[in-house]
Formats: sequence, structure tokens, C-alpha cells
Amino acid sequence: MAVVVVCSCVLNSLLKRFPDAYGWGPMSPPVAPPGWSRWLVPPAALSVHLSIGQAYAWSVFKPPLESALGLSGTQSALPFQLGIVMLGLSAAFGGTLVERHGPRWAMTVALVCFSSGFLLSALGAAVGQYWLIVLGYGFVGGIGLGIGYISPVSTLIKWFPDRPGMATGIAIMGFGGGALIASPWSAQMLKSFGSDNSGIALAFLVHGLTYAVFMLLGVLLVRVPRPKERADGRPAPLEGVQVSARSALRTPQFWLLWLVLCMNVTAGIGILEKAAPMIRDFFADTSTPVSATAAAGFVALLSAANMAGRLGWSSASDLIGRKNIYRVYLGVGALMYALIALFGDSSKPLFVLCALVVLSFYGGGFSTAPAYLKDLFGTYQVGAIHGRLLTAWSLAGVLGPLIVNWIADHQEEAGRHGSALYGTSFLIMIGLLVVGFVANELIRPVHARHHEPAATPAPKEGNDVVRPQPESA
Amino acid sequence: MSSDLSQSPPEAAGPPDRRPLIAFTWLWVGAPLAYGLYELVRKATQLFTG
Repeated sequence: MAVVVVCSCVLNSLLKRFPDAYGWGPMSPPVAPPGWSRWLVPPAALSVHLSIGQAYAWSVFKPPLESALGLSGTQSALPFQLGIVMLGLSAAFGGTLVERHGPRWAMTVALVCFSSGFLLSALGAAVGQYWLIVLGYGFVGGIGLGIGYISPVSTLIKWFPDRPGMATGIAIMGFGGGALIASPWSAQMLKSFGSDNSGIALAFLVHGLTYAVFMLLGVLLVRVPRPKERADGRPAPLEGVQVSARSALRTPQFWLLWLVLCMNVTAGIGILEKAAPMIRDFFADTSTPVSATAAAGFVALLSAANMAGRLGWSSASDLIGRKNIYRVYLGVGALMYALIALFGDSSKPLFVLCALVVLSFYGGGFSTAPAYLKDLFGTYQVGAIHGRLLTAWSLAGVLGPLIVNWIADHQEEAGRHGSALYGTSFLIMIGLLVVGFVANELIRPVHARHHEPAATPAPKEGNDVVRPQPESA
Repeated sequence: MSSDLSQSPPEAAGPPDRRPLIAFTWLWVGAPLAYGLYELVRKATQLFTG
């Protein structure tokens, strides 16, 4: 967090020096001028999420780093793993700062941290110091991941009170799309620059500079809605139920939703983690075995389903409601796992279709969560509450792969092969999804004792656009 | 989506036309995403041809 504070101080002093530059002020919230279109806010969010989504394409750098710096596979994974840990920590602990300073501050911190992480890594690769890559990409860049991930969420919900699911779905889809862009782009760059120390350093340098320019659009473009004013000119209080981040942690609703997200993500990662070997094992003993190339195509198709689910299911939640859409994710998800376990090895189309549906629910679970939080706790500190909820992702990221890999290894030691390696894992995933389903059923409106006083003013960043809007699109 | 829902309240003189800016910003993020999707589709077809 020290790096976040240092970045904040540097930005603060810069803003004080240039108070009038294109709507900037000394830590002033970027309130939208009259006539500002809300359709300018999703591209601002996407410019950040498409950039930080690069994290999932880290594996492209692993083989060159291993050969250039003499690293093991475990060592070369360290920057990514530290980055994901820092994502969870900075989203959880930096959420309140993001609420306090607004989305422009958060996007600037994300830009500075994410890009300087690459620049530090470039230095590390050039001088052969691997610890600099771990520190740069993992620690500094990881803070950029966490702050960047939550930076637009609260603002999007405030601009799109009638379609919060669609709005957050667009942004969070970007996080999935970031890897699709970075993976072929980074691979091509390493091919052009070479895979030795200087080639990797140059690739890191180009990544850092390009992402800085790309994310700058978000920093310059993001605006918060103009606050509604009362007749006396003072900011009007927020409408509806409002719960602070501190109070939210004391409600059963937060922890039930935490459990729902954790179970849904664990079930999705269970397939995503071992997708390629899984489809090959399932059809190894059949007349139509799956080649390594086809398995890679299957993994790509799962990524597409993940991305489509983030936008599609989250948008659908605006129409059918958040609780109902999670009933679908968890209930139908369990059914899909059961179909794979029972009939998956007899029909390749059935296996692929069920896996795609599960992965679309995995993505949908991520992008619908902010809108669910808004329904339960209001917009007052929804960004900070979302940051804390993401700790469920951190646990699920460990839990899902652990279950599937551990069981598959033990089944293999016991002499089993093919689809039998995964049967027990699938039963556990079905159990987890049922637990999540029950948790979702137990979610009720938050008790009045947790509500903020009715006269709670809009936070200083501007906040709620309280224009008349339809409840559903 | 009617314009009064998608925009902040306009000034009396009329707000500047934001459509070129909207088009530019969506192109800014849409072009790299389209490249990523193109590469994804190329790879995904291997499931049926590989």
C-alpha cells in the first residue's frame, strides 16, 4: 500500500501544479460537464480493463524467461502469482481510497503502477536481475491490477442506474478480453525482438509504454455524473438504501454473496485450469481422440464463452434480477457438471457445450456481482465493498485448481485413466455449486440497522445521477 | 435510449456534439479487441479442424 500512497502523493502534487489542465483540479472529482454522454464512460473503463487483463497472458513470457535467466517453471510463474495476490489485496484495502478520491485518481494509480511494473521488469531483464521482474510485474504491477479492476465499477453503476449489470459487464468483459489481445501481441513481439535478455527487456519496455498511452484515454475521459442539487443548492442525499463498506462487512448478506462468488468461481476454474488435458483424457479411449491442436482450440473457445458470459449474462440480470441470474449460474451450472460426469465421454458435442455453458456462468458471476452489491448496499461505497468481495476470487483461485489437480493425481496413482480421473472432482464441484445456490437463496434485503442515516450526502466525487430513469431497460 | 437519459442536462446554448468523440473512443478500445477476437476465432477453429 505504500506504493499506492506514494503514487497518490506524486499525482496530488502534479494536479496542484496544473489545476486547469483539461478538467483537472487538485484531487478534484472529474464531474461531467453539461451534455456529457454516459456512453463515453464504458470506453474509459475498457481502456483500463483491456490493459490489465494482460495479466492472464503472462504465460507467453514464461519459456523465454526460463531459458534466458535459467529459471524453473515455478520461479517463472512467481511474478504472475504475486500479481494476483496483490490484485486481491489492493482491491480489498484500496477500495476505500478509490471511493474517496474518485475514478480518475484510481485509473491514474493503475496506469502508473501497471506501466512502471513493466518498466522495472524491462530493467530486470536487461541486467539479468530476476528479483526486479518479480518486484516490478508482481508487486508494483499487481497494485495496478487491483486498483484498476475496481476503478470504474462504482462510476459505471452511477451512470447506468437503469442497466448496472450491462455497464459493469462491459468493463469486466474487458478484463477477459485483455488476455486475448496480449497473448498473440506479446508472442509476436518476442518473435521479432528475440527471446534473449535484451529481446525480453525490449518487449517489456514496449508493453509498459503502450499500455501507459492506451490507459491514458480512461484517465482523461472518465467523468462522474453531476450531483443532484436541492433547491438551496446543497447536494441532495442519496436515494434508497445506503450501507457503508464498514457496515457491509457486518451483514450476513455480504458474506453469503462472498460464498456465492467463491463457489461459482471455484467451479469455473475447475474446468478452466485443466481444460486441455481434460478434453484429451475424456476422449483418449474413444475412436475420435482429441489432438493437442484441437485441445488448444477448445481452450480458446472457453475463453470466448467466459468473455461472452461476462457481458451477456450480466446484461440479462438487468431484466430478470440478480438473485434469479445467480440461481441460473449455480443451479444450471450444477446440472451441466452432472451431464459432463454422466454422459461427457460418450458425446464430444455435449462435453464441449456443457463446458462452454459453465465457463459463461463463471464469467457472468464476476460481472454481475457489482450490480448485486448495488441492489443490496446502494451506491454509497459500492466500489469499496466490491473490492472486499474480490477476496473470494483469491481463495477460489487457489481452491479450484487444487481440488481438480490433487484428485486427478491421486486417481492416476490408483491406476485410473480417461474420464475416471475427474469424476470425483465433478461431484465436489456439484456440491460446491449447491452450497452457493443455498447461500443465494438465503440472501435477503439488508436490515435497517446497517443503513446510513437518510440524510447521507453524496460523497465528494459527485456521485449519483438521480435523474428519473426506468428501473429496467 | 432517448437522448435525455443518455446525457447530462444540456446547457441553454446547447451542448457540443459528442458523437465524434464517442466514435473515436469506441474505436480506440474496439480495434485491439477486434484483433484479439480475430486471433481467438482462428485458434478456436482448430477444435474442429485440428
